[in-house]
Amino acid sequence: MYAAGPRVAEVTSLAKGEPLVRLTGVNKWFGELHVLQDIDLSIDRGEVVVVIGPSGSGKSTLCRAINRLEAIEQGEITIDGQRLPEEGKELARLRADVGMVFQSFNLFAHKTILENVTLGPVKVRRKPKAEAEQRARELLDRVGVGAQADKYPAQLSGGQQQRVAIARALAMDPKVMLFDEPTSALDPEMINEVLDVMTGLARDGMTMVVVTHEMGFARRAANRVVFMDAGRVVEAADPETFFTRPQSDRAKDFLSKILNH
Amino acid sequence: MQFFVDNLDLFWDAFLTTLSLSLLAGLLALVLGTLLAALRVSPITPLRALSTFYVETFRNTPLTVVFFFVIFGLPQIDFVIDFFPGSVLAVGLYTAAFVCEAVRSGINAVPAGQAEASRAIGLTFSQSLREVVLPQAFRTVVPPLGNVLIAMVKNTSIAAGFSVSELSSLLPRLVNANAGELMLVLLGVVVCYMVITLPAAFVLSRVERRVAILR
Repeated sequence: MYAAGPRVAEVTSLAKGEPLVRLTGVNKWFGELHVLQDIDLSIDRGEVVVVIGPSGSGKSTLCRAINRLEAIEQGEITIDGQRLPEEGKELARLRADVGMVFQSFNLFAHKTILENVTLGPVKVRRKPKAEAEQRARELLDRVGVGAQADKYPAQLSGGQQQRVAIARALAMDPKVMLFDEPTSALDPEMINEVLDVMTGLARDGMTMVVVTHEMGFARRAANRVVFMDAGRVVEAADPETFFTRPQSDRAKDFLSKILNH
Repeated sequence: MQFFVDNLDLFWDAFLTTLSLSLLAGLLALVLGTLLAALRVSPITPLRALSTFYVETFRNTPLTVVFFFVIFGLPQIDFVIDFFPGSVLAVGLYTAAFVCEAVRSGINAVPAGQAEASRAIGLTFSQSLREVVLPQAFRTVVPPLGNVLIAMVKNTSIAAGFSVSELSSLLPRLVNANAGELMLVLLGVVVCYMVITLPAAFVLSRVERRVAILR
């Protein structure tokens, strides 16, 4: 499946049933730049895949391609067996099942925290407002920002905003959650509050794709680490194997730079 | 003072005509302009092209020509329209192009992440525009929109050339009848325009403060 050296068989053998997310022969260019090159990747239900790699390696683009915020030029992406449709109502319906958490939070600036979390359930899932609000408050409590429900995003700290963003995604009852560098825009003392929420989600069996530089999180929560460089998946393995015995020179070099400082 | 007392009825009627012309044309321009702006950012290429064509046509045509087109051109294709509704249509269609550009600049000022986040929770393009992007765009667009609307109120004066008895049409009528009172006629007309535009500007600046948004 992915270019991972001798461990491919071992890792894929963990697969059970039809994968929830499957990327086959995915290629994408930004003008001349070949940002995604022949990506093959399958993500099973309940699996937590952490994508790491140097800047510009295409890991964010990969994450954004899974709910088609970035369109791909070649290849196929399926979610729960369904091929990603073209832009339109069909795609909107599919995106509702894919939660996304952005580096820059992207909370709706003109809506309160509570409204941020209820917008999707009310407008997309057509839930009654009262029911959506009750569920939103539960989720906000779960991520520890229940007391902020009536404030506006700009009144919250970065860590709080990102936890609200996670609650907003969870309110749609997604099949899979995508995290695009969720802690990269945070002050150091706020990183853990977000990672703790994410670790909790992983423990509860949420299927997750996490693009991050947080190696501690990768070790703690990932079932599989995917290492990308220059638009390719260079290596994929369970975290223990990847961090202690990386196969490729590129991964060894990358790890030596980020782990020994 | 006696001059104004004598001509109060004329001023009052002309004022009401300019006011209703402005309100109706303004409403048309705001609705149509917003719709055009939505088309202008839509992912569907023909809709974008249509909106661009409209904006460039009306923005680059003198308003007088638009009046001629509506009032004398449309009857050629069997669409006869009275002078007053014709003037509303001409000013409204013309101003919509400028409203579109103002609203579009507001849409562009909304960070791209806002639209991405709304699409990511499953909102369709039009839902994301309606629920997330436009409400934020309008907040940044209030000052330029104010300029457009004030210019529009003054542009309604072109209707004087098309048999609409609005404020500017008083100038030749009253000056002919009261040659000695030229300055008073001008003063009266200008004050009447200001009675419309100054409160409008005040209301807009209040609106601007009310909807100001934290980032």
